Amino acid sequence: MKNGTGVIAAFGRAIVPVVLGLLTAMPAGAIDVPQPVLDAQQQRIEVIQQAMQSAVSIFANEGQGGGSGVVITPCGYALSNFHVTKPAGDYMKCSMPDGRLYDAVIVSIDPTGDVALIKLLGRDDFPYATMGDSDQVRVGDWCFAVGNPFLLATDFQPTVTFGIVSGVNRYQPPAGTLLEYADCIQTDASINPGNSGGPLFDAQGKLIGINGRGSFEKRGRVNVGVGYAISINQIKNFMGYLHSGRIVDHATLGAIVSSDEDGRVIVTDVLEDSDAYRRGLRYGAEILAFGGRPVTTANGFKNTLGIFPRDWRVPLSFRLDGQRHDVYVRLMGVHGREELLTKAAGVPLPMPEPKPKPGPKQPGGPPGDQPRAPQEEIPDVPLPKKIRPQPGRIPIPGHPGQREAVIPEHVQPWIKPRTGYANYYFNELHRDRVWNAFTAHGAFDETGETWALRAAPAEGGEVRVVLGDQQVTGRFTGQMGQVDLTRDLGEQLDPPESGGLLVALHVWQRMLRLGPLQFGDVYYLGTAPLPGYDGLYDVLVAVHDVIESHFFFEPDSGHLVAIEMFPDSGVDPCEVYFHDYREIDGRQWPHAMHVRYGDRTVMELNWDEIDPAAKPDDAS
Amino acid sequence: MNRTSPMRTFNAARFPSTSRRPGSVCCILAAAVLVGGWVTTTAPAADPTSFADVVAEVQPKMAKIYGAGGLRGLQAYQSGFLISPDGHVLTSWSYVLDTDLITVTLADGRRLQGQLLGADPRIEIAVLKVPVEEDVPYFSLDLAEDLEIGDRVLAFSNLFGVAMGDEPASVQHGNVAMKTQLAARRGAFETPYDGPVYVLDAMTNNPGAAGGALTNLRGELTGILGKELRSTLNNTWLNYAVPIDQITDSVEAILAGRTLPRSVDDQTPKPAQPWTLGLLGVRLIPNVLPNTPPFVDAVVSGSPAADVGMQPDDLILFINGRVAPSRQNLLDELSFIDRIDPLHLTIQRGIQLLEITVQQAP
Repeated sequence: MKNGTGVIAAFGRAIVPVVLGLLTAMPAGAIDVPQPVLDAQQQRIEVIQQAMQSAVSIFANEGQGGGSGVVITPCGYALSNFHVTKPAGDYMKCSMPDGRLYDAVIVSIDPTGDVALIKLLGRDDFPYATMGDSDQVRVGDWCFAVGNPFLLATDFQPTVTFGIVSGVNRYQPPAGTLLEYADCIQTDASINPGNSGGPLFDAQGKLIGINGRGSFEKRGRVNVGVGYAISINQIKNFMGYLHSGRIVDHATLGAIVSSDEDGRVIVTDVLEDSDAYRRGLRYGAEILAFGGRPVTTANGFKNTLGIFPRDWRVPLSFRLDGQRHDVYVRLMGVHGREELLTKAAGVPLPMPEPKPKPGPKQPGGPPGDQPRAPQEEIPDVPLPKKIRPQPGRIPIPGHPGQREAVIPEHVQPWIKPRTGYANYYFNELHRDRVWNAFTAHGAFDETGETWALRAAPAEGGEVRVVLGDQQVTGRFTGQMGQVDLTRDLGEQLDPPESGGLLVALHVWQRMLRLGPLQFGDVYYLGTAPLPGYDGLYDVLVAVHDVIESHFFFEPDSGHLVAIEMFPDSGVDPCEVYFHDYREIDGRQWPHAMHVRYGDRTVMELNWDEIDPAAKPDDAS
Repeated sequence: MNRTSPMRTFNAARFPSTSRRPGSVCCILAAAVLVGGWVTTTAPAADPTSFADVVAEVQPKMAKIYGAGGLRGLQAYQSGFLISPDGHVLTSWSYVLDTDLITVTLADGRRLQGQLLGADPRIEIAVLKVPVEEDVPYFSLDLAEDLEIGDRVLAFSNLFGVAMGDEPASVQHGNVAMKTQLAARRGAFETPYDGPVYVLDAMTNNPGAAGGALTNLRGELTGILGKELRSTLNNTWLNYAVPIDQITDSVEAILAGRTLPRSVDDQTPKPAQPWTLGLLGVRLIPNVLPNTPPFVDAVVSGSPAADVGMQPDDLILFINGRVAPSRQNLLDELSFIDRIDPLHLTIQRGIQLLEITVQQAP
């Protein structure tokens, strides 16, 4: 950097006398600036002053590295880049423009999307950024970045750079499978090393993105007017996951698509154990819409895919054999669970080779699929002495040069290491939050071992389910079923064609009676949508026997809304939706259950009688 | 009826209201609020100072150009823009166009094969034609505007090849820092163009940006973005655009067909005794490719070419004002020129452009 600084200094010497000359020649007020311009300027200053209060300068490794972040809640949750927090590990120091240095802990990481959530400690009234809607951002809109370029914020004051939005819905390919920037915002506001993880604001001071990447190429790692920010709407989708303390994965459809000569997006391969396959997607199908967006190019499809977390169910429209299908598809993970852990932990991230890379999944494509120039993550460590970025490598100060920070005693309670988690503390926090909100309606731990549910359908007959501690029995219209709880549950999916309704109800009873601590392995997944329902739901994942079940809780009321019971991987779950909650003896019981399996409704159950203290012999 | 369909909108109000237990950690509440609140979006107040409307008007006129390259840091793409409703595209004259297969991607994602109509290496521009069936949006060169120092500008280009398929071009903003002659010389900025340029304070001239459009804040065309240019003196990069008035004559000549190479079956009558390479005293590099450029391999001593100082490795760009993109084009063109007439050659030697005239000894 000596050269660069030298050049600027030389300019300075040449220019300063000229500027002084101008100033003396022109008394103040000689230039008549129109009032609207002055007003606009004043407004801009105020917006920037307000917005920059939420900016965080991250100092990792005893000040040897760092980057930027932005606080998004009053209690100090802050967004940053995975590649910024990674070298720091569990604990880092963060400064804010108020002149204070705060301790912060890692909450969750999203290595694929290059996002990390951290939590600053010590206040519950942090200044925080207001979220914007990045889908409303237009090319040509003003925007500004706030951050810690070149680690200049040693005086705790962040740097503001101003620019316009140069592009939206940009796709920047990953390095391997990590650090993929899908649907990102391109800006000519200066994004330099150290800006990584910091906020990109719109002209109103709303948070529209997290800066993290730039195109640099041969001019060295300083801004050349091309920076990229992860869109805030993508992060909104992941927000529940990012609060979960987990190592979060992105999604794949389980199918490969490419553009054909007619500009259609065609499926060229489908995994047979993918949900997409089970929903009817086949080779040759034309993708029409995905995730609520029309699909016109393979890149557009990849862009949309990049904004959704693993395990979400997302609307997909496709045409096959002339017929249109509108379905919800459950997305698979980009990585195997072990694979993601390995990649997220300490393995040096491969820097994109300094040569053009093939376009994403469009082999031999026409010019629209031309190789892109190499894009690079902004190094998180701008000018460290020992770990200066080497060309072609991401500096990973977890390697030579790293100094482990000593975690202060008062911070230690906020950190719970556990395999598979970025910080298990936060998973427990939300698991308990969700469970406490649910049991606020009345706890089920003191109900009997056997529950009996009875319905008298209008068409006659009797429906009866008895949930016991040894077995589950069910009598339905024209069907009987039972489950021996001492045997492999995944093999007993009665009644037929239900996907395992009796097992699902057993899992429901087990969770309600035992709670997450006694149930087995229960963790907080984050938030996810339910097809046909508004909003997002808190999800607890519970593993018992070979069965994995997802419990969906309504965040405002705390009610259990649905269970998905997966008897195996690669098969459809039995879905039970709970409605019509009514009180019996101080507890809220769902008096209506809607059961789905695959693409269809299996049955509607409307209970006339629920006995939470039935005798086991009622099963007969 | 308690029967409900899960496909119906979920109604939280159906549940009895509950008071939430106070969390032991302040953030539990905040996180929950966040969970409930983040799906709502508010439409941002329209910013009257946004360039979004102007940008949206310009974008349909932009084009992305794909051709030769892709090796050793040479990008196989550059930028361009439509200058006629019939599909004429103005772009930068570069190695990217050294191929039979030039593909032009219009703003709507249409990929069309571009035909090189002509070029002017002296100002580093070229004109392509793409087949379009209907009128397309375009910049009229006649309506181009001048800029003054300090004027604000928008630069549209496909820098770094960021915009793929139907993605719109990248847009940057800046100011005219200087109007000056480009100090093109060996050891400084190595380019054949030494005419007037707008020097910009934005980093517009990135890989792939050459041929992009520079507009004023009303979206009116003012210049064409130049190539990447680095001073070999201090390694600084220059961001510049060539004013449109510098190129209109050349574009006019190209559009009129005056610069096109003539093929052997052209109807123009041929002289009985035309110029030949042997007469000129030049040997070109062998015809190894379909479009081998006319590089001089050797100059016969004592020949007319030697007299005017032609050298090995000279690249013949123009012959009597017509572009000679290949060795074959040069040979064809020679066959139209009577050996009693002078031969005007534009030659590239290194970064220099030389104009030479060869006359047969009487």
